[in-house]
Amino acid sequence: MTDTGPLKAELIAAIAATETLEQLEAVRLNALGKKGLISTQLKALGGLAPDERRQAGQALNVVKEEIGVALAERQAVLKRAELADKLASETIDVSLPARATTNGRTHPLSRTIEEISAIFSDMGFSIAEGPDIETDFYNFTALNIPPEHPARQEHDTFYLNPDKTGTRPVLRTHTSPVQIRTMLNTPPPIRIIVPGRTYRSDHDATHSPMFHQCEGLVIGEGIHMGHLKGCLIDFCRAFFGVKDLPVRFRPSFFPFTEPSAEVDIGCRRVDGGLEIGAGDDWLEILGSGMVNPKVLENCGLNSDEVQGFAFGMGVERLAMLKYGIPDLRTFYESDLRWLKHYGFMPVDVPGLHTGLGTGGA
Amino acid sequence: MKFTFSWLCDHLDTNKSLNEICDVLPMLGLEVEDLYNPLDALAQFRIVEIVEANQHPDADRLRVCRVSTGEGELQIVCGAENARAGLRTVLAPVGTHVPGLGTVIKQGKIRGQTSEGMLCSVSELGIGEDHEGIIELPFDAPVGTGFTGFAQTEYAGLVDPVIEIAITPNRGDCLGVRGIARDLAAAGCGTLKDIDFSAEDGEFTSSLTWHIDEEVSSLVPLISGRLFEGVSNGSSPAWMAQRLTAVGQRPISALVDITNYVMIDLGRPLHAYDADKVSGQKLTVRLAQEGEQVLALNEKTYHCSSDMLVISDADGPDDLAGIMGGERTGVSDTTTRMFLEIAIFNATNVATTGRKLNIHSDARYRFERGLDATSPVQMAGYVARLVQSVCGGRFSQLIVNGTADVRPKMVTFPPARTKALTGIDCPDDRQEKILTDLGFSIDKRQPESWQVAVPLWRNDIDGPADLVEEVIRIHGYDNLEMTALPRDHYIARPAFSSLQLRPVLVRRLLASRGLTEAVTFSFLRPEEAQMFGGGKEALGLANPISTELSMMRPSLLPNLLSAAGRNLNRAESDIRLFEVGPVFLDPSETGQRTAIGGVRVGATHRKDWQDAGRAADLFDAKSDLLAVLDCLGVRTQNLMVSTEVPDWMHPGRSGQFMLGKTMLGCFGELHPQICVDYDLPAGAVGFELWLDNIPLPRHKGPAKPLLKLSPLQPVTRDFAFIVDETVPAQSLIDAIRRASRDVVTDISVFDVYQGKGIEDGRKSVALTVTLQPKDATFSESDLIVLSDQITATVGKNCGGVLRGA
Repeated sequence: MTDTGPLKAELIAAIAATETLEQLEAVRLNALGKKGLISTQLKALGGLAPDERRQAGQALNVVKEEIGVALAERQAVLKRAELADKLASETIDVSLPARATTNGRTHPLSRTIEEISAIFSDMGFSIAEGPDIETDFYNFTALNIPPEHPARQEHDTFYLNPDKTGTRPVLRTHTSPVQIRTMLNTPPPIRIIVPGRTYRSDHDATHSPMFHQCEGLVIGEGIHMGHLKGCLIDFCRAFFGVKDLPVRFRPSFFPFTEPSAEVDIGCRRVDGGLEIGAGDDWLEILGSGMVNPKVLENCGLNSDEVQGFAFGMGVERLAMLKYGIPDLRTFYESDLRWLKHYGFMPVDVPGLHTGLGTGGA
Repeated sequence: MKFTFSWLCDHLDTNKSLNEICDVLPMLGLEVEDLYNPLDALAQFRIVEIVEANQHPDADRLRVCRVSTGEGELQIVCGAENARAGLRTVLAPVGTHVPGLGTVIKQGKIRGQTSEGMLCSVSELGIGEDHEGIIELPFDAPVGTGFTGFAQTEYAGLVDPVIEIAITPNRGDCLGVRGIARDLAAAGCGTLKDIDFSAEDGEFTSSLTWHIDEEVSSLVPLISGRLFEGVSNGSSPAWMAQRLTAVGQRPISALVDITNYVMIDLGRPLHAYDADKVSGQKLTVRLAQEGEQVLALNEKTYHCSSDMLVISDADGPDDLAGIMGGERTGVSDTTTRMFLEIAIFNATNVATTGRKLNIHSDARYRFERGLDATSPVQMAGYVARLVQSVCGGRFSQLIVNGTADVRPKMVTFPPARTKALTGIDCPDDRQEKILTDLGFSIDKRQPESWQVAVPLWRNDIDGPADLVEEVIRIHGYDNLEMTALPRDHYIARPAFSSLQLRPVLVRRLLASRGLTEAVTFSFLRPEEAQMFGGGKEALGLANPISTELSMMRPSLLPNLLSAAGRNLNRAESDIRLFEVGPVFLDPSETGQRTAIGGVRVGATHRKDWQDAGRAADLFDAKSDLLAVLDCLGVRTQNLMVSTEVPDWMHPGRSGQFMLGKTMLGCFGELHPQICVDYDLPAGAVGFELWLDNIPLPRHKGPAKPLLKLSPLQPVTRDFAFIVDETVPAQSLIDAIRRASRDVVTDISVFDVYQGKGIEDGRKSVALTVTLQPKDATFSESDLIVLSDQITATVGKNCGGVLRGA
């Protein structure tokens, strides 16, 4: 009977000694190949007695299997090692910058107008528009602002050069002329807002010769000043996302409304900054009032039968307060650094279901 | 409008504090703009007594004082000559801000001597001019107490709080302290005190009289005059001077101060003439002659036009009626005979003259907001007594031209209107009380419809809505009930129409393509407008702020290019900007268009370690434009590109999309001269379109056309044609589509080549054509037929031959 012990030990040692898959393959061939040690010994069994042959054969087959297992195990180890070597050589500096993207932004003003529109659309308003170049009639006279009235002087109006008849068109000083255009063309009930560009001859830290307003007009049966208050409080709270925002209505004067109200929201001044919400101070935010009967009459409406309210707000001011933009003039400078900072991702679409930039529900 | 608290209390009997009053004022429509209380700055100052004052050992002019504070003693070095033992005076303890110096007192040594505070002069306390020595208080002033309590009683005129309120244009009546007091009284803040407005007969007949020119009689409905003789025009009394100073009026002389005082007190401008300087026996109110000059009290000469009211003596005009008096006939320190004018001038005339001459005077401000039409007579007695009490002398009978018999305006006022207009349920008797307190008188014979007489000082009231405002203003806007607007639709409808939605979508589209939205001014320099096809005279501003902002823009591109230049100067390397906004063709209602424009300057993106990037080129701009058109529902596949381009575009590197004769938009490189003018590198590209030119897509409703998907595999075939170099690629695409319109689904150009292997003047254009079988998969012979058709049509229409054929 042949002792397979030394053979096995020799082969196991040889396997363990391999360091590469090539070496392992050589060991395999040396052990199990057609001319390998085990094959050769198996072939040599032919000369033995049947019993001996069977015993020796079994023993050799056991060795063959064991060597096969050892080879497979060693192969797995070597493959892992080889992969590890390969990976070690494949390193890329992942700290290198990502591929460039070209993100654009929308302007905070168009964003703010969309937010305003979203809120008022829920209250049944639609958008109305009118020309930037207006006539004296729409911008002043129809709005109950006679030519030499002190209120007109306060408007710092830009005029265009006179036409052949000597008439000077005006750059609209407010979005209010669209009230007139709408009332002249649309029978009540009316609910509109009018976001748009407006112009006044004033240029300093807090005034821009061009700015944006959003007018509102509601005409309908039984619409009274309580509705004005409800509508504007709802707006202010939704726009700033402050549920219990204090809102104060205080008497004021606009030629085209009577009674008129200035609307203030609560705020507090903290470390030189301004926080919107309950506090010890008030911030003037918009003007409003019941449409002056004279304006209704100027639009061919019977002021004994219809009434309603109007309001106007500065879009820049709302945007500045909400988004913490400190300087009015920067809105129009088109500084890309500013636009990227204060602008909005195009996928960030304000809506009542998606929110208005004040955080989620 | 500035006034002091004590001045208010002259008219208002109130137990409300300053702060309470200031909380009420804005709720009456009288917005408090500023509140200055001198006492606030004096809270830390104490009354002390100097116990001992010794010469400073090392300084001749200084004294070292031992000062009793009531709680202990301090050592204070003081430079005042009147610092002496026994004197009671005011101490600024260490840490106090001294208003007159603007500094905080620190403990320190003065020439080696410790000083633990500062003894103050009147000017250092900020309550007067006197800086000669420290303040000397009476010997019984309470040592150890705060100075403010003492100051309030002993220096009331100097520490009178000043309130400044903004007066809306309708409230001319509140340009006098009395008007403000009346509002406060109506609001429950006290009682309006009576004023003795009784008339005075006068002792003699005035030697000066009025003459009102016939043609201006309607502009001067009432004027009164009174001659004062034997007056002495020295300084006005301290109480008057202090109040005038507090509200920012410099005291000048008693007569001038009285006119200013009455103007602020009662809102009633007056004018004082030195009767001895008036030439002749009458003062004439008339229209100026064209070019007549008045040297006004502000020492400026004004050239009048023939629509301006002036007051003239025998030597010519010397008063701009209702605006400013003249230097020649004005009062001076030596005036002894004074003629006092109280007039009503037409508000519009005063406003027009004031605007034309650019004079902003306190008188004009009040005249143009309207005055009590009877005041020239009604207030004459009161004013005469005031003048006599201050300046002595005697006065004449009143000379009056016009009538003081003015009927009040009547307004029909259904008290139910208040509820209808505001929702506030304010009982009739409360409404009546409010209106009465404000000076209205009410005839209630018809309980549903009152006849309300408007007080003459309220020129702003002329309808029931005005009375509703008066009622709820006093009743309180806080009583307005927050009421939700009735919902016409349970689920809100969109606010934007399909037309209005377009700019919103385009903004998001362009921003998602990497462009950033700008908002630029609607006006620019006329030269720029001209460069971009505009600059018509009719679109120029008559009164621009500067030439940079003096012409309505014809295009968005110039402002975007300027913005690009500014960003470039800030070292931005990849500039991509767009704007959606108005451009102007003419000043008419239909002359405005909503434009969308964009520019790309520099690289397509910031270069990085893998990609050096490339300069944005006209095909980027074309892509932007096509994306916008696509977003707007234009079938861009069929668009014709024209090379007829505007002057500001590069003539060979830009194009326009046309739909019939309508220009849908242009794109390409800006003209090299434009790039030079805007200081931009050559090759800046841009696009612009007018939204109004883009038709709305025709389909109605949300449903899309049914999608038919073929189960059959599409096939692509590549072709390379050699054509004349002037043949546009588009014509090859058109030809291929025409050759087999029903199976060609897509054509793309993947190579354009000129150079070796292609003869001069020719180019190779390689295209991939996608063919979609309809009924059965293409056989090889089908494809050969199709390819032959394509080749033949391109040959026929474009003169193209297959490359290598």
